[in-house]
Amino acid sequence: MSTEPELDLREGYAEKYGFHDAEQHVFKTRKGLNREIVTEISKHKSEPQWMLDYRLKALEIFEKKPLPTWGGDLSQIDFQDIYYYVKPTSEEAKSWEDVPADMKRTFDKLGIPEAEQKFLAGVGAQYDSEVVYHKIKESLEKQGVVFLSCDQGLKDHPELFKQYFGTVIPSSDNKFAALNSAVWSGGSFIYVPKGVKVDVPLQAYFRINTKDMGQFERTLIIVDEDAYVHYVEGCTAPVYTSDSLHSAVVEIIVKKGARCRYTTIQNWSNNVYNLVTKRAVAYANATMEWIDGNLGSKLTMKYPSIYMMEPGAHGEVLSIAFAGRGQHQDAGAKAVHCAPDTSSKIISKSISKDGGRAGYRGLVKVMKGAEHCRSTVNCDALILDEHSRSDTYPYMEIEEDKVTIGHEATVSKIGDEQLFYLMARGINQEEAAAMIVSGFIEPVVKELPMEYAVEMNRLIQLQMEGSVG
Amino acid sequence: MTGDLLVKGLHVSVEGKEILKGLSLQVNKGEVHALMGPNGSGKSTFANTLMGHPKYEVTAGDILFKGESILEKETDERARMGLFMAFQYPVAIPGLTFGSFLRAALNARLAPPTPDGNGAVPTKKGIPPKEFRDLLRSKMAMLKMDETFATRYLNDGFSGGEKKRAEILQMAILRPEIAIMDETDSGLDIDALKVVADGVNALTGQDLGVLVITHYNRILNYIKPTRVHVMIDGRIVTSGGAELAQQLEAKGYDWVREEVASR
Repeated sequence: MSTEPELDLREGYAEKYGFHDAEQHVFKTRKGLNREIVTEISKHKSEPQWMLDYRLKALEIFEKKPLPTWGGDLSQIDFQDIYYYVKPTSEEAKSWEDVPADMKRTFDKLGIPEAEQKFLAGVGAQYDSEVVYHKIKESLEKQGVVFLSCDQGLKDHPELFKQYFGTVIPSSDNKFAALNSAVWSGGSFIYVPKGVKVDVPLQAYFRINTKDMGQFERTLIIVDEDAYVHYVEGCTAPVYTSDSLHSAVVEIIVKKGARCRYTTIQNWSNNVYNLVTKRAVAYANATMEWIDGNLGSKLTMKYPSIYMMEPGAHGEVLSIAFAGRGQHQDAGAKAVHCAPDTSSKIISKSISKDGGRAGYRGLVKVMKGAEHCRSTVNCDALILDEHSRSDTYPYMEIEEDKVTIGHEATVSKIGDEQLFYLMARGINQEEAAAMIVSGFIEPVVKELPMEYAVEMNRLIQLQMEGSVG
Repeated sequence: MTGDLLVKGLHVSVEGKEILKGLSLQVNKGEVHALMGPNGSGKSTFANTLMGHPKYEVTAGDILFKGESILEKETDERARMGLFMAFQYPVAIPGLTFGSFLRAALNARLAPPTPDGNGAVPTKKGIPPKEFRDLLRSKMAMLKMDETFATRYLNDGFSGGEKKRAEILQMAILRPEIAIMDETDSGLDIDALKVVADGVNALTGQDLGVLVITHYNRILNYIKPTRVHVMIDGRIVTSGGAELAQQLEAKGYDWVREEVASR
């Protein structure tokens, strides 16, 4: 991909997350994308014929669809200069002992095994194109909870997989959904049976190691009636001078009375294009919550969506976007009310500094006949200096009269008087600015489990280092 | 002349307009000074200049704190040296709890100075949480504040009285050497004023010098000044004992203006 000069890397990122292992893989396709490569990926995975057909059809769609002209600048992506499939190990490990030493060390540095022991119900760790480690607590397994890599899900639960795969986000949805559908690999497959509540989070961690690669994980989550699950994903990548591409598709089905919470802490290095399609369908009295923290990447275009299909469904998107130098966060949300008596809430907090650009792009749509819907949208932007930019694009498509829709947007600059007040109490300017920013995102952060709230605040501190006023 | 806070011939401009025109004042620990003056005389400019607000430009004169000029020091360094200002209009910082803010401030104040003498860089460790909670609880009891106060967002939705009490609470915890109280009495009813004044009185002593800036005599019924200064048009025109405040109360500021004019 392009090798333009290295952009500013967020202070501290390089040493903490930006390292990389010597490249090692058991299999790698050559650079570029065509039918042959897609077929090679599918054959290598020993997939059923229907999946190969699905991939090839998606490739055609990808090739036909033009690049989006809205959002961020995608013109620098050279789709023929990417490795689409890099297989790190020959098989998935169920014990960290069986993960190759280099990779294990990487995940140790990122604190994944430690977190697993302390507060997680299950962990998947993806390294380049494949999941190298996967484990779920036995007690959950016994209750019928399925937590596998998506590839393993296709192998072990072919019927369930085929029933739902691609139903929420068809390949034709957008160019990057088509791309993912053609070359997907890794990601998570989750099924939570009726009435089962998974009360501690399941986590997946995505790590890119190889230079010039694309990571295309695919996640499918089915939460059966009255069940509950909280899924958390984190991601980082080495700092390279050329760009990488991350393009995931996440489909979620939340059945009657169920609840799903999906938390993302996106911390890609500043050379990653992060172009992700995430969508959930929520049935009667179901609740879907997206908590979306975007701190890293060069460009993120991501608008987690909820389609409320039956009465009583509720959707929430709480999002934080932080753009520093050389970063563009085009983040947002979509709430689509397809049935009466559904409700949605969107809270977006965007912060830009050092010439970064962060914004909210969102849609609230109410279909004809979806009476008595309620929706509130709050988007607040905080701009830390005059070089930075914030954009708000709130779209509303309301086809029904009997609805309650609220929208509030604020844009503020970090206040000199606020800084002065904190400094008058002995707090230095850098820390004072970080405290103001932490306060600004607190309504979202307080929704996170404690461990992630701490992590989020720590990442924000990291972002704020070296930034004065 | 030495003094804990020594202001010498201070001239200050805001956006090119001169507000302070040669103000001199000395406040020592153990003393309570009242600086009185009508609206627009430059009282708040003076308070903010002492604290180093970037909007105020010192064009002449000097401010010495503990024998050292602080004109080149940032606001946070001044605070860590032991200078404090109770704000007339404390700003709200939504999302930042009062408790965590105050703990960070105390840690900054307690942290040892850095070798370059620029004061401290706050450390993440500092005072243990339990010790801090106990300290906070005792000082809040003194100011008759509810314990839930610590979990509220800083000055966010505080009533006028709560804001002023919160300022005094910060002063009680941070234990400055010189405290400037910028119109702390404004907007307070008599009960709140008493609580605030009691709080200040409990803190005064050999280790603290106080400069009470006020328009009215009212607060001086509760906080007894050792010296009273009258400020008009950017300088101190007359100084005296506590009786001067009573004269002002009885006769207003015009009397001072006339006296200054006839000199």
